[in-house]
Amino acid sequence: MINFTTTPDRYRHWKLAVDGPIATLTLDVDENGGLDPGYALKLNSYDLGVDIELYDAVQRLRFEHPEVGAVIMTSGRDRVFCSGANILMLAQSSHVHKVNFCKFTNETRNAIEDASLHSRQKYICAVNGTAAGGGYELALAADHIILADDGSTAVSLPEVPLLAVLPGTGGLTRLVDKRRVRRDRADFFCTVTEGIKGKRALEWNLVDELAPLSRLMETARIRAAKLAAGAGRPAKGIALSPLNRQITGDAIAYDHVTVKLDRAGGAALFTINGPHGAIPADAEGIFKAGDGFWPLAMCRQLDDAILHLRFNEPQLGAWILRTNGDTDKVAQADQALLDNADDWLAREITLYLKRTFKRLDLSARSLFALIEPASCFTGTLLELALAADQSYMLDGTFEDGDHPQPTVRLTDMNFGPLPMANGLTRLETRFLDDSQRLAAVRAWRGEDLDAQAAEELGLVTFAPDDIDWEDEVRLALSARAAMSPDALTGMEANLRFAGPETMESKIFARLSAWQNWIFQRPNATGEQGALKRYGSGNQAVFDRKRA
Amino acid sequence: MSIDYSDKIPNNVGLDDNRRLQRALEKWQPAYLEWWDSLGPAKSTTMDVYLRTAISVEPGGWAHFDHVRMPDYRWGIFLAPEEKDRRVNFGRHKGEAAWQDVPGEYRSELKRLIVTQGDTEPASVEQQRHLGLICPSLYDLRNLFQVNVEEGRHLWAMVYLLHAHFGRDGREEAEAMLERHSGDPDKPRILQAFNEKTDDWLAFFMFTYFQDRDGKYQLASLAESGFDPLSRTCRFMLTEEAHHMFVGETGIGRIVQRTAEIMAEHKTDDVRPLGVIDLPTIQKYLNFHYSICLDLFGQELSTNSANYFTMGLKGRYQETRIDDDHLLADSVYAIPEIRGGDIASIEAPALSSVNERLRADYILDSQRGVDRWNAILEKAGIGYRLTLPHIAFNRGIGVFAPVHATPDGRIIDDAAWNRDREQWLPSEGDRAFVASLMHPVMEAGKMAHWIAPPAKGINGQPLDMEYVRFN
Repeated sequence: MINFTTTPDRYRHWKLAVDGPIATLTLDVDENGGLDPGYALKLNSYDLGVDIELYDAVQRLRFEHPEVGAVIMTSGRDRVFCSGANILMLAQSSHVHKVNFCKFTNETRNAIEDASLHSRQKYICAVNGTAAGGGYELALAADHIILADDGSTAVSLPEVPLLAVLPGTGGLTRLVDKRRVRRDRADFFCTVTEGIKGKRALEWNLVDELAPLSRLMETARIRAAKLAAGAGRPAKGIALSPLNRQITGDAIAYDHVTVKLDRAGGAALFTINGPHGAIPADAEGIFKAGDGFWPLAMCRQLDDAILHLRFNEPQLGAWILRTNGDTDKVAQADQALLDNADDWLAREITLYLKRTFKRLDLSARSLFALIEPASCFTGTLLELALAADQSYMLDGTFEDGDHPQPTVRLTDMNFGPLPMANGLTRLETRFLDDSQRLAAVRAWRGEDLDAQAAEELGLVTFAPDDIDWEDEVRLALSARAAMSPDALTGMEANLRFAGPETMESKIFARLSAWQNWIFQRPNATGEQGALKRYGSGNQAVFDRKRA
Repeated sequence: MSIDYSDKIPNNVGLDDNRRLQRALEKWQPAYLEWWDSLGPAKSTTMDVYLRTAISVEPGGWAHFDHVRMPDYRWGIFLAPEEKDRRVNFGRHKGEAAWQDVPGEYRSELKRLIVTQGDTEPASVEQQRHLGLICPSLYDLRNLFQVNVEEGRHLWAMVYLLHAHFGRDGREEAEAMLERHSGDPDKPRILQAFNEKTDDWLAFFMFTYFQDRDGKYQLASLAESGFDPLSRTCRFMLTEEAHHMFVGETGIGRIVQRTAEIMAEHKTDDVRPLGVIDLPTIQKYLNFHYSICLDLFGQELSTNSANYFTMGLKGRYQETRIDDDHLLADSVYAIPEIRGGDIASIEAPALSSVNERLRADYILDSQRGVDRWNAILEKAGIGYRLTLPHIAFNRGIGVFAPVHATPDGRIIDDAAWNRDREQWLPSEGDRAFVASLMHPVMEAGKMAHWIAPPAKGINGQPLDMEYVRFN
C-alpha cells in the first residue's frame, strides 16, 4: 500500500529547514529509499515516495510556517540538482502507476505555484548542478531560477531524444506559456540531451539569473530575503497533526470521511460528514480550532482518501459521493471562511479546498453524487455534486425513512473561491457563457432547494422519487461499470473541462492525451522501445511511421 | 592577420587548407597561450627546456628532442596514421565502416566524451603549476615540463576534434575548457580527482603513476571508437602518455630506493629525521591517489557507458583483442555489492558493467609498478611492502561511496573511520613533512637528498646534462 501521509522527521529524501521568513528545501535522495525494490534512486532522481515528501513539505510550509515568505529549493549533492523521475522506476511501472505518478507530481508543482500566487510564499530554485528532465521541471515551478555558472551545470529536457517520451511534469507547457521561451528555441532545447548552460540559458530565459557556484546559495538567500520582505506575514502557524485513519479490508475511515469499498460493484462509496458542535465564527476561533476546524480536517481526509484510492484501488472505477450532516452547520463553516477571507488561515483552508476539489476533477474515476435524506450538500460540499459526472437527488423521502426530503443549498463558496483548473467555478463551467442562468441560480443562494427546484435550476442530473430511486441508481451504476474504463476516462475528462484553457488545464490535458498515448506506443514502451531499453545499453528501434 | 599555421602548429590534419579550423584556432590559440601563461608552469617563460616535440607521426618524427624556449613550444595536432578500411569494432554498428564524421544521433554523447577527456588535460597542468619551483633536480624539472606540454598538447588534440566536428557548440566547449580551473570554487574541473591539490613531488609522481594511468585506460577505450578521428587522436596521445607513467613509476621507485638505502644504512625505520620520506607516508599517498583514481572509472553499473559501448563510441580496453561477440548482448560480469555489511559480488549485465571491467584492467596494471617498488625494498633487505588498498577504501563514487572501509577491505563505521583515517591517508602533518623536504635543486647532475638519481638520462643523454637552462 502506498501511504501519502508523512512528517518531516520521517523524510528520507528532503530536508526542510525554516529560518525566519526563509525556508530551505534540500533534495538529497536516499538511493536505496525507493518505494519499490528494483531501482536505485541515483543522481537525485525521484519516485513517488520522494514526491510525497515534497507534497507534505509544501503543505506544511503553508499551514505550519505561514511566516515563511520565500522557499529556496536546492540539492544537497555536488554537481547534480535533480535528474528527474527515475527512469528504471518508470520502465518497470505499470501504465496505471505512471499516469497516477505524473498526475500527482503535476498537482504538487501546481501547488507550489498556487502558494506563490495566492499565499505570497515565493519559490526560488538554486540549481547547483545538473537539472535534467523532471529536475528542470521542478525548477520551472519556481518563481525564480538561479543557475550555477560553473561551466558545467546545465538545465535540460532530454526526454524526447533520450527516452522517446515527453517531459511529464508540465515542462513543455511551462517553457512556452510561463517562461515565454520562444518556440524555436524551446524546440532546440528539447532536442539536445545535454541541455543548455550558462549565458545562453539566461539569454533564452530558461533561467532567471546566473551566479558563481561559490555564491549560489548566498545569491539565493539575498533573492529570497527580497521576495519575503514586506509581505506582512503571520507569525505563527498551526500544526497539522497525523490523520486518524483506519484502513480495513473494505473500508477506510477518518473522522469526517468514510469510504466503503464495493469490490464486486467496482465502486468506492464516499460519505463526507458535516461538522458537529459549535463552529467558530472569527479568525481567532478558527486559529484556535487549528487542524480540528471542520473544513480543514475534512479536506485533509478527503485529499488523502482521493490519493489512496487513486493509487491503491485502481479497480474501483466509480466513486459514489454522499454527504451526511447538518446543512446549517456546513453553511456556518462556509460563512466563517468567507467572513474571514482576509485572515491567512481561512484563506489557506479555502485554497486547500480548491486544490482538493481540483484533485477530484482530475481523478480518472466516474463520479456520481447521490443526494439523499440527511445529506448536507451545501456550499463547499455542494461542489462534490457539481464535480460529479452525474448526480441523483431523491424527490421526496424514502417510504421507511425518518428524515425529511433532501435539499441542497448554494452559498458564496459556490460562486468564486473554488475554481476548477480552467479558471472557472464549477457553476460557470456547468452553465458556460450563460450569465442569465448563472444569475438565476445565484438568486437562490442561501435557500434550501428540494429535488424539483434543484433539477429545474440544473444543479442535479435526475430527481427520481422513492419508487424509482433504487432501480435508477442501480442501473446507472451497473451500466457504467460495464463500459470501457479507458473510454470513460477520456470521455469524462473531455466533458468535465468545458470553457477556456489555462496553463494548468493544458498541462493535464496534454499529459492525458499526448504523454499517455506516447507511453503506450511501442517506440517508448515496446520491447525495443526507448523507455524499456534505457539503462540496458541497448538502443531503441523505432517504427518510423508518423502517426 | 595571416598566420603560417603549419609552422606554428605542426599538424597532419591539413590545417593550411581548412578554413573552419583556422577560424576556430584564431580565437582559441591566443586564449590558450594566455591560459598557459597564467596557469601553466610558474615562472617558466625564460627557460630553455630539453623537450620532446612531436612534429610528425612517422617513426622518428613524434619524438624530436631539442632545447626549446617554453612559450615557443609548438603544440601540434596529430592523428595516428589512417588505418585503411577501418570498421566499427563493437556495439550495434559492428562491421560498418568507421565514421569519419560525427553521426548526428550520437553528437551529444561524443561531445560529452571528448569534453570530459579534454577537461582533464589542462587540469593536470594547473594542478602541477608550482612544482617547478621546488624540483628535486633539473632532470625532474625537465620531466615535469615534458608532461605539462604534452598534457597541453592533449588538450589541443581534443579541442581539434571539437573545432573540426562540432561547429559553434564545439567552439564554445573549447573555450570553456580554458575557463574551468582545477580547484576553482566557481568553475571547477569536471572530475573531482582533477580538483585535488598536487603540492609536492611525491604527490606528482603518484599523480603521474595513478592518474595518468587512468588517462591511459580512458584513451585506450576511446582509441577503440567507431568515430575514426577520435580513435586516431587517442592512439597518438597514448604514445605520449606512456612517458608520463614512466615518470611516475620511476619517480616513486627512486624515492623508495633512497628511503631503503637510508633505512639499511642507519638500521632504522625512523627516517624522517634523516631527511627522507618514510615508507608508511609513501603508502598513505599511494592509498589516497589510487582510491580517488578508482572513482574516475565511474559507477559499477552505468547506463552511459553501456550506451557508449552499444553506440560504438567507447569500447573496452583492447576491445579488438577480446575474444567475444563485442556486442555483450547476453553476457554477464561480476560486480561488487554491499550485502548485510559485507562486500559480496553479483552478476550483472556485462554491457552495463563496462566501467567495472575497465577499472579491473586498471587495477591489474597498477599492481605491476607496486611489485617493482617492492622488489627495490626486497633487494635492499627491507621487510616493508607497499600494497594497493582494497577497492572499497576511500571511495566517493559507486557502491562503496556510502560506506567506510579499511585498506584491507573491512567495512567500518563512521567513528572507526574518523579515529583511524590518518593511519591510512596523509594527514596535515604528513603533508607538511613532505613539503618540508621540497627545496629546489637546480644544479645540473645534482639530486635532492630524498630521492635517488635515475638509472639513466633522457634520450641517451648523460645525467649531468643541463636539461633546463635558465636565462
